[in-house]
Formats: sequence, structure tokens, C-alpha cells
Amino acid sequence: MPERARKIRVSCVLNGSASSFEAHPMARLLDVLREDLKLTGTKEGCGEGECGACSIEMDGVLVNSCLVPALQAQGAKIRTIEGVAIGESLHAVQQAFIAHGGAQCGICTPGMILAALNLLARHPEPDDAQIREGLSGNLCRCTGYMKIFESVVAAVRRAETGA
Amino acid sequence: MAGEVRQNSLLRPADLETRVIGKSVPRKEGREKVTGRARYVDDLSFPGMLHGVTVRSPAARGRIRAVHFEGDVPWHEFTVVTAKDIPGKNCIALLIEDQPCLAAEFVSHPEEAVVLLAHHDKYLLEEARRSVRIEIEPLPGLFSIEDSLARKEIIWGQDNIFKSFYVEKGDVDSAWAGAEFVVEGTYETGAQEQLYIEPQGMIAQVNGAEGVTVWGSLQCPHYVHKALMILFGLPRERIRVVQAETGGGFGGKEEYPSMIAAHAALLARKSGRPVKIIYDRAEDMVATTKRHPSRTRHVTAVSRDGKLLAMDIDFTVDGGAYETLSPVVLSRGTIHAAGPYACANVRIRSRAVATNAPPHGAFRGFGAPQSVFALERHLDRVAEAVGIAPEELRRRNFICEGQTLAVGQVVKEKVDMNALLGRAFELSGYHAKRKQFAAENSDARGAIKKGIGFASFLHGAGFTGSGEEYLASEVAMEAMADGSVHILAGSTEMGQGTNTIFAQIAAEALRLDCEQIRIVQPDTAHVPNSGPTVASRTAMIVGKLVETAATNLLKTLRDSGFLREGYSAADFSRACAEYITEHRVLKSFVKYEHPRDLHWDDQKYSGDAYGAYAWAVYVAEVSVDMRTAEVRVNDFVAVQEVGRVINPVLAAGQIEGGVAQGIGFALYENVVWQEGRMVNAQMTNYVMPTSVDLPVIRVCFEEIPYGRGPAGAKGIGELPLDGTAPAIANAIAHATGVDVRAIPVTAETLLEMLEAVHA
Repeated sequence: MPERARKIRVSCVLNGSASSFEAHPMARLLDVLREDLKLTGTKEGCGEGECGACSIEMDGVLVNSCLVPALQAQGAKIRTIEGVAIGESLHAVQQAFIAHGGAQCGICTPGMILAALNLLARHPEPDDAQIREGLSGNLCRCTGYMKIFESVVAAVRRAETGA
Repeated sequence: MAGEVRQNSLLRPADLETRVIGKSVPRKEGREKVTGRARYVDDLSFPGMLHGVTVRSPAARGRIRAVHFEGDVPWHEFTVVTAKDIPGKNCIALLIEDQPCLAAEFVSHPEEAVVLLAHHDKYLLEEARRSVRIEIEPLPGLFSIEDSLARKEIIWGQDNIFKSFYVEKGDVDSAWAGAEFVVEGTYETGAQEQLYIEPQGMIAQVNGAEGVTVWGSLQCPHYVHKALMILFGLPRERIRVVQAETGGGFGGKEEYPSMIAAHAALLARKSGRPVKIIYDRAEDMVATTKRHPSRTRHVTAVSRDGKLLAMDIDFTVDGGAYETLSPVVLSRGTIHAAGPYACANVRIRSRAVATNAPPHGAFRGFGAPQSVFALERHLDRVAEAVGIAPEELRRRNFICEGQTLAVGQVVKEKVDMNALLGRAFELSGYHAKRKQFAAENSDARGAIKKGIGFASFLHGAGFTGSGEEYLASEVAMEAMADGSVHILAGSTEMGQGTNTIFAQIAAEALRLDCEQIRIVQPDTAHVPNSGPTVASRTAMIVGKLVETAATNLLKTLRDSGFLREGYSAADFSRACAEYITEHRVLKSFVKYEHPRDLHWDDQKYSGDAYGAYAWAVYVAEVSVDMRTAEVRVNDFVAVQEVGRVINPVLAAGQIEGGVAQGIGFALYENVVWQEGRMVNAQMTNYVMPTSVDLPVIRVCFEEIPYGRGPAGAKGIGELPLDGTAPAIANAIAHATGVDVRAIPVTAETLLEMLEAVHA
């Protein structure tokens, strides 16, 4: 049995707060989040960067946390689904997903919501093609995506009207 | 861009005076899902918990000679389970008991479970799994329907046949002589992976006091319950099955979860610790069930004016190595094989055969998508032979109220397929596009050819024939002193909206708001057996029991004198409190009663196959790049009559999601087999539609309330899988002139067909 690498200490800003953890440098950030930090909102769908269920934001970039080694989190600003709502107050995108049927089984939903937020940060008023492109790394088997698109459009409309 | 939903209601004004039915009430568990707080099985953890893995057969068929535990692995730290550790019967009990929980002497398919391992360190566990060598003396296997039918080997029973059906209406053989045209054709559909985004998983705990408890991702808690009782030889009350939040099922979590629960429970029993088994994606794809591959042969007699005189249908599905649910899948496929047409003479011969692949299983549509693909593609070819438009052929043969379906069921519902067809054509601009594309496509230099096609079909809701009678589903409802009403049912939420529509049905009947209704987590220790969450039966069958339970509860309150007419929510709560003070408990309990006028003969396989059908016409518009043979679906219109729509957003979500899976089934999702093993068991090379691959999916509901459904609703979940693929195949044929006979139509297969046409 090969000797495994020693753990290292990693410090980052996680959902707005300073955080640090010990992990093997090549441990998957997904496992660190779920198992060590108990942030189970980030999901594993395929473990190979295809499905996007494990999407998180690192320094404003949407990444598949199943492909990110823990050591890369050093010094990064990380946002997971747990950092999207403020207390009990849901983000407009989360509200829109509930109102417009954007979530069915819910397993892709955390990653999908982070993908939507990342898209809206880059394109505050995305057109159809931008929405489709922006969410194309996140697979959903339930909705056929239509209700997810509607949810994103509704969230934008909400932001515009301040409703 | 987003799918538009139209409702073209045929409802009377009285039907519309509802409180919450017909309204897009937000998903009951939506808040947990959008915040990441919903707890799926892999999010659960127990003190002292071990992880479990499965060591699987490297061969498709053979005799197990030995199991070697090799490598530099501290084996003494591991819990190791083989067939010898099974306390009861070594089987995963379903319809019969032919599938072992762990192979003992023989293996019958690749990746069959042989050894189980548990350890607290997941990484070490993987090393260990790779260090177990299962030595097998190989035997020749069967890997196709043809080889199984030819009996090249006998691998199951006497003849490799799990089940066969024979359906006959009229006299088919007398019709050939009088036919102007006889059209033949053979059609095939491939396996399809359910590809729920949450892989399968279970946690088990076993102790002397409580027996066996499992928590998991599953559709049918009572299926798992039954399998564990037989595996452990324990009485009913010593087995408990709890459904965790479930990240999609689509049939894939109907029967297979019993296997994983059994494995986790065996490891838990031997180790004395809780054990969690979570499949990774590759294991989930390579080892669990898929849609049955199929082959259908049609021979159809038609008159000069396009009347169907006789339909002779031969339908075969590949069931894989064990029977599991194949007889039932075959049954639904058989009954749907002749479609929504009135034809005096119909013969359907069908069978499910054994091969040395992992058992194929439940997948949304359950046999119907296979036989409906064959029929609807075939009818376009029949129309061409007769020289009439494909819609004209359908119009001349659509079934009407009072006419008889192939299985001898007289249609007593109001059905108007012509109206659905008309609506679908109007929304899709079918006629104008058909003409326009034909003209544009005639330019031979064009690199892009366009086509438009459709399929018309029906889907029966609920268990087939006497199935619901045998299930005898139960639902309970309990009101609390605070006025909240709890629904206790074994029906599971897996994304399709069970929680929400049950709340709506109960709220409507009780004249309360949905917030006042609570759904109790499916747990066999607390909820009655409402039957499996399958077969488009939850809304229509179990929903009706919920409605009846609510009506009974209300009657009890009224009769007791605690509740008067025109009550408010506060009055209701007060009445509940008063009733409970006096009588302790306010609970109602309902059991399914089969309608007396529905008759089914299991021997003749004829009668009222389903209490109700959903009816639909779907239109697909495609473009084909003639250089790359890539097909894109540009527009999709789905028109259906599903009774009263309980929740328009959820209902449209069911159709849109089903159409997306149907588009995958038609174009992208190709399981590549090598000696019974799926070799592309990754999301990288098994391709499902992404957000950039799909057209706008336009959904339209016509609503005719169904007298026996809750608030008039019928089943909806499986319907969209039936008609999507044939509509697309017909559109591809229209665009390219290629006679599509098999799906998936990948670019590779279409390229070959295009070259053949233009050679």
C-alpha cells in the first residue's frame, strides 16, 4: 500500500468567512466541503466534471469541485450553495427556482443555482443564447431545462423591477 | 426561449371554482432544495459508520471457481460478505425469486455482485476492491435477442423466455386477402440509461432490538421491505425502510434499490456497524438497470382508402439475465403496441427473452416507448405505401368513444384524437412547414435539410389489468390538535411533485391552504403501503385515496358536531382540537377499491387494461446537417389530454422533462455493449441532452376531467416518453428520405444511412 501524502493546512474565505481546514493536497475539494466542513449542499453526480452538480464559485469562477484539488483552495474566495441565501432570506434566483419550477428532484439545483448566479454576474441581462450557454455545464435530467430558463429570466425581471 | 404552456380548457365553470387545484402552488420541499438543505442519502452520516463496496463478476457467464484476496491489503480490518453470510434466502425477491443477492456458484451477467467489503476508510476500500480476484470458468453467453430466441444456449428456464403474451382481436388471417396493401417492417430501440443525477445509494443499520433499518434513494419503500424480509428471514415489523430525499428515479430506482439495501444490510449485520454504500457514476451505469432494448415486427393490411384492416405485431424485449420486472414491462409494451387506433383485426405476439446482460428494468414508459416507436414510425411508412398523408392515415383510424382497443377494452372516456392532432398542427404550423421544407429540401445543394413529423399515442395510467386490485393500496390521514393535517402514504417524492399535488388534493377537499397539509416522510414503520411510485399511478390512483381520506376526515368532524358549514381555517383547527380532546385521535384510513365495471381477464389477456388513458399528439421539427449527419430538434409541440391538471407548472415540468429524455432516447443516448457489458459507462461518452441541445418545448394541455381521478386528474408521468422519439424519427425521414428503423439515430448511424440512400 503506497504511503499517502501528508495533510496540509489550507486557508480560504468560504461563504464570506475566514475558514481553514487540513486535507491531503490532492483530496477533492468536493470531499473536503462535504465531509470535513459538512457543507453537503454541494452534490456529486459523476465525479468527472461532466454533470456540474458539484459546481461552486472560486474567485468568481464557476468550477467543478470534484476536479479541484484541495490545495488550490489556498487563499481562494469560495462560494457554495450554503452561502447564497442570507439567513432565511432567499436570493432572487432561489425564489425564482421555487416559483417557476426550476427545481424538481433538486440534486442538480445547488450547482445550477451557482451556475445561474455566475452567469448573471457576467451578464446581468442575458439573452436566450447566453442563458443556455451559461448553464450548459450543468446537467438536469428532470426538467428538460425549460423551467430553469424561465426561473433565470424571472430572476432577472425581478432584479429589474426591484420586486 | 422557455417552454410556453397553453391550457385549452374544456372545463365547465364549476370545475374552475377550485381553491388550489389547477393552480401552480410552489413545490412543497422547494425551499430545502434551493438552499442545499435537502438531505439525500449521501448527505446522511451515522456514528461509527463504515463504507461498503461491491466486488463484481468480470465475466458475463460462468462458474465461480474461487475468490482470491490479494495484494498488500490489511484484510483483517475488513468486513467481507459472500453468499454464505445471507441469513435467509439468497435472492432479491420481486415477482419471482430468481435473482441472487450475491452470486454463489454461477454468474449470469457482467458486474454481477459476488463479494461485499466494508471499511471506514473509503480510499483503502477502493484498493481492496481492486485486490479481490474472482476466478471464473467462463461459459458461452447470449448477447442479442436473436441468439436468445435461437436458443444458442439455454440460460434461463427451458427456453430463455421470461414471459410471453398473445393478444387477439377479430381474425387477422382473414384480412390479408382483402387488403389493397400489406406493409411490413422491423423496428428496433436501444437500451437507455435512466441517468438520474443522484447515483444510487443506501445506508443500513442492523441490531438485535430493531432488526434491519435502511435509509436510501428509492421509489418503492415496500419493494425494498419485501426483499429484505425474505433475505433476512425476518418478520415484517423487524424491517424498516426509510426514503431519503431522492435525486431522480425515472424507474431506475424502482427495483434496483432492493439490491443495494440488501448489500448494505448484510455488511451492517456482519460488522455490527452502520454501513453506507454509494455507487459512483461508472458503477451505477455499468451495474444497474436500463430500458429494455426491443425489436418489433409489423405486418399491416390496409384498404385502398387507408383503413387499417389488420395489424399483426410481434414484439420482443431483451430482459437481461434475470426476470426482475420484464414480464410487466412486456405487458405494458404489448398493450400499447397497437396504439390509439380502431382496427377490427389485431394480433400481438410478444415475449421477454434472457440474455447475459445485467437485467433491464423499469424506465419511465415501461415498454410503451419501445412499441409506440415501432408503431408510429411504421404508420408513416404505411401512409406512404397507400399514397396518403401520414395524418390522413391516422385520422381515418383514430379510436373514438365506444370503440374497442386491441386488448378488447371499450373506450368509455371522451376522447378526441382529431382535436388533439388539429391543435398540435396549429401550434406547430405543421402543414405550412411540411410544404415549405419539401420545397427547400428539393434543392440538392442544400447542406441543411429540414423535416417535420409527429406521433399520436395513448398511455394507460396505473397498474395494468387487475394490478391495482392486487396492490390494494392504502393511505392514511391524521389531523393534529393544531389543525395541521398529515398525509401518510408510501408514495415517494423524487422530483415529480408527489408532495405538492398530494397537499393540493387534500387542501382542496378540506378547503384549507396547502401550508396546513404536511407530508410524512415515507417510512415503512409509519406509513401504509400505497403501492410503488411508478406507472403514472401516484396522482390518479393514490391521489384519489388522499382525496377520499380527506373527505372522510371532514365527514367525521362534521358528524361529530365540531365543524359547521362555511368554516374557516381557524374553525377547522378548533374543531380538530375539540375532537382530539374527546376522542384522542382524528385519523382516516382508506383502501383502494377496484371499480366494479372494470374487468380484466389475465388468461385471455383482454379487458379493461387501464382505468384511464392519457391521449396525445407530439410534433417535432428537425434539421439535418447533410455533411455531418447531425440532427437538431428545432421545435417541439406536445399536446395532450391528461384529465384535470392539478398543478400547471409541475405538469408542464413533467412533460418537458419527459420530452427531453425522449429526445435523448431518439438521438443521443447510445449504450455501447461488449459481451453484455456497457463499455461507455461515463457521462463523458454516454451523452444526454444539455441546455444547448434542446429546442423550445411547447406544452399544451386539453383538460377533460376524469370522473374517478382526484379532482378529475389522470396519470401523466410516463406519457411524454412514448411519442417523442417516433415524432423525431418521422421528422428525420421527412427531411432526408432515410427510412429510419432504429433509434438512437446518432450522427454515425445516420451518416451510414445517408450514404446508402445517395450511393
